Amino acid sequence: MKDVAVNEPFGPEDMARRRKRAIATALILLGLAALFFITTVVRLGGSIVDRSF
Amino acid sequence: MSDIETHIANTPAAVEGGQGSVGDYFALLKPRVMSLVIFTAFVGLIAAPGPIHPWIAAMALLAIAVGAGASGALNMWYDADIDATMRRTAKRPVPRGAILPGEALGFGLTLSAGSVLFLGLMVNAAAGALLAFTILFYIVIYTMWLKRRTPQNIVIGGAAGAFPPMIGWVAVTGRVDLGAIALFLIIFMWTPPHFWALALWKKINADYANAGVPMLPVVAGSDETRRQILIYTLILLPVTFLPALTGTAGMVYTAAVAALAVAFLYFAIRVYRTREGAEAETACKKLFAFSTSWLFLVFALILIERALGIPAFAPVFG
Repeated sequence: MKDVAVNEPFGPEDMARRRKRAIATALILLGLAALFFITTVVRLGGSIVDRSF
Repeated sequence: MSDIETHIANTPAAVEGGQGSVGDYFALLKPRVMSLVIFTAFVGLIAAPGPIHPWIAAMALLAIAVGAGASGALNMWYDADIDATMRRTAKRPVPRGAILPGEALGFGLTLSAGSVLFLGLMVNAAAGALLAFTILFYIVIYTMWLKRRTPQNIVIGGAAGAFPPMIGWVAVTGRVDLGAIALFLIIFMWTPPHFWALALWKKINADYANAGVPMLPVVAGSDETRRQILIYTLILLPVTFLPALTGTAGMVYTAAVAALAVAFLYFAIRVYRTREGAEAETACKKLFAFSTSWLFLVFALILIERALGIPAFAPVFG
């Protein structure tokens, strides 16, 4: 395994990778929030407002 | 660049890691294995008796796929040392240094917990528990325990790869039926001849020997491995008919699987008989390639029958 430099500033390539990773993480989180919401609605079924809990 | 990015770019990288790209993390999930897991789990979902909401079925597949990917990441974390010594695996993200072992471990554990919780809460608890067991089995039983200790590693460890259709089935029914066990057994018995055909390739065999992984050809030799391939093939082929006996498959499946069994046996016998030179290597490569297609076709036949509305036979068992 290669040694990781620990005292050098991040280069442009590192920054580009970080940026892409951050965007991917944000999109995944947004997607998960949507999935949880839709799945919850599907599991609860119709007439959610009228349900007796 | 924004102010924050400029600040980060000019800050010494005080913490190791953080070098992996999105593609490196995707590679940690072993996408090829994941695609086979998704397909077999889908067949389990379709083959299982009873209804499931299409959205819930899609979420079950997503959770199973992420769980499989998590297993791949954890496997790459634990096996980074031997991966670094083998040509086939040396370019994986951890041995290449793109992702640190700790990052792979954290990634794998996070995805494992997330996928199990998601499947358990959003689909059903039994499916979630089975996914958790599968991940544990693959990492603890196969990767940590068997892989470096016994030539039976892939025989027993192959169970991990056989669970996905069962998880798909349980996502629908909430219980393990004989039909699910039949699908499990097909992949379980298919795994040894498939991977031993790969392990017989000279380069792969040399890599395993160099890495100290006791694959059957390394420990028992190529002749014994050829014999074992033939034995497991002879056990596998009758097992392939079990879905017809458990009320999962019908006439088209049975007829097509019979033809596929003859072809599988032909390639296995070729491997058994051809032991020297380039022809022996070619025979192993052909069996490996055919067995991959064979598994896909066997499972696809169940889907085809369902799509065409061809009825399954009445169950003899179950």
